Amino acid sequence: MLTYTIRRLVLAIPTLLFISLVIFLLLELAPGDPMAQVPLTVPPEVKQQMREALGLGQPTHIRFAKWLWQFFAVEPMVWMDHTFGMTLAEGQQRVISWQTRSPVMDIVIQRMPQTLWVVAMSYVVGILIALPIGIYSAYRQYSVFDQVGTFVTMVGYSVPPFFSGVLVIVIFSVQLGWLPSIYDTTLVVVSWDTFILQLKQMVMPVMVLALQTTAQISRFMRASMLDNLRQDFVRTARAKGLSERSVVLVHVLRNSMIPVITVIALGVPQVFGGAIITEQIFKVNGLGQLLITAIQANDLPMVQTVTFMLAVLIVLFNIIADVLYGFLDPRIRYD
Amino acid sequence: MTEPVKSAAPIGALADAEPVAPPRSQWRDVWDQFKHHRGAMIGGVIFFTIIATVFLGPLFWSLDATYIDIRARNQGPGWGHPFGTDQLGRDNFARMMAGGQVSIAVGLIAMLLALILGSFIGVIAGYFKRLDGPLMRLTDLFLSLPLLPLLLVMVLLFRDSLNAVFGPEQGIFILMVSAIGITSWMPTARIVRGDVLALKEREFILAARSIGTTNTGIITRHILPNVMSPIMVSATLGIANAIITESALSFLGLGFPPDFPTWGRLLNDAVVYLQDYPERVFWPGLAISLTVLSVNYLGDGLRDALDPRIRGR
Repeated sequence: MLTYTIRRLVLAIPTLLFISLVIFLLLELAPGDPMAQVPLTVPPEVKQQMREALGLGQPTHIRFAKWLWQFFAVEPMVWMDHTFGMTLAEGQQRVISWQTRSPVMDIVIQRMPQTLWVVAMSYVVGILIALPIGIYSAYRQYSVFDQVGTFVTMVGYSVPPFFSGVLVIVIFSVQLGWLPSIYDTTLVVVSWDTFILQLKQMVMPVMVLALQTTAQISRFMRASMLDNLRQDFVRTARAKGLSERSVVLVHVLRNSMIPVITVIALGVPQVFGGAIITEQIFKVNGLGQLLITAIQANDLPMVQTVTFMLAVLIVLFNIIADVLYGFLDPRIRYD
Repeated sequence: MTEPVKSAAPIGALADAEPVAPPRSQWRDVWDQFKHHRGAMIGGVIFFTIIATVFLGPLFWSLDATYIDIRARNQGPGWGHPFGTDQLGRDNFARMMAGGQVSIAVGLIAMLLALILGSFIGVIAGYFKRLDGPLMRLTDLFLSLPLLPLLLVMVLLFRDSLNAVFGPEQGIFILMVSAIGITSWMPTARIVRGDVLALKEREFILAARSIGTTNTGIITRHILPNVMSPIMVSATLGIANAIITESALSFLGLGFPPDFPTWGRLLNDAVVYLQDYPERVFWPGLAISLTVLSVNYLGDGLRDALDPRIRGR
């Protein structure tokens, strides 16, 4: 198991390098000029100097190598300096955003909490709703609950977040006026009132993202439960007189959770991707919104770094899912 | 012609039992099973109704989607304008139909592109052992790309250059279709490869090879017809996926221009007027959701109907 994990981690390195190259080359084709916003009165020589100051004067492969060095060596060193008070990264060039001229990683860290709060919370809420629905609708297959549950998950699967989000804004903010439609990130929770405010502004984005999660995971849970409910060991468990509760919730559920847990792990990066749209609707200034504004402003280092971090998440959670699968199911051995 | 013609009197034991009915084809069985899936039937009816309304509706609806009647702007639903008018007095019903044409066309063509690409790569990877490794690594690589950000970047990068060559409407259409097609072929390729790997070891393939059928012949005559069912199921899911992706891009403002509406674009335009005219958001969103929902149900029924283990139960 350990050798398998190590092999997968080692194999991930060339994959990630290749992905970063693909993203870099795609951005390299960008027709946009970072100097487009500079006034026309600035002479061309000065503009050329400004371009070189941004690091644009060098050939592509050198800039790619520099980005790799900055991302994989300098940024971790900066992080270590922060935590352990060392001076490894002193005088080293970091990845600089063209929009703000400040290090990309600092902005990412500023934006991270908002995204994590909304995204992580919605994922947890979605899973907590999905599991009981999936279990019960498998246990009572073809019952009214199952039919309704299947229909609701189908609807949740089909309604895109940019419609469900706008719909809940129309209902709860415009018509009823209960909840704010804009997420206020400057709000600091210090008292009971601010806590209620924070709760209120989180309800809608969390529900919209959770709807998608719930739809997907309850489908998987139901299918997986159905597979296991017909197994011989379930009949044995019933025959030896176990209560129905412990048959379903211990014997069947444990075995059914194995594939569902890997699906949950695989879904994490997708939720981050989906948050791009949800953040745009509710005006959360998280990572997704950062990416959209960076794309619109032609801020290539920012786009490159944020997109690559999403790719790292995907690769990492793929490995986690595979390893978890082998870890939880003793029948599976990767050797 | 329904009654079998009796030519001569049967001679004792030589008489073959004449078949009462012609042999049932596979597709008839599939259809019989499909009919029993109520959700899929309703989904199919809704999907074809939407397609018919969107493509045939403009023949009966006299108002043009781009006709500006500034005096009649921001009207609510009424007899003249069932869905009301927008901020320039354009009829929302006509705009919904025009938008639906583009959205559904993007969905269908992008799905076809992804399907052709996915089936090709899946069949080649499954059939030729030497190509399996590299092609599957490529598929894994594509699966680990963050697709939505990359689609946004692609649209931003290539929009202007394609617009210059094909004109603003054709350019963005080609860009959207190819971008969505290129980034959504991977699931099809994986499923098809798995099926081809199993199929390749069967006896009829061996028989075909032993009478000297070429690889191309085996693939087109024997393998492709047998992997049709997973391909058709991924086709329905592909339509839903393509429509949602296109709408998401248009919603983020990086899709079709405002004078060439799609459902996603109409939704995006309506969000600006959310406070004053909240009902305007409803129709495009409902159209997208209903189309995707009906296509998903269609795929569900098709999957059951094409599975010979379930069929006949």
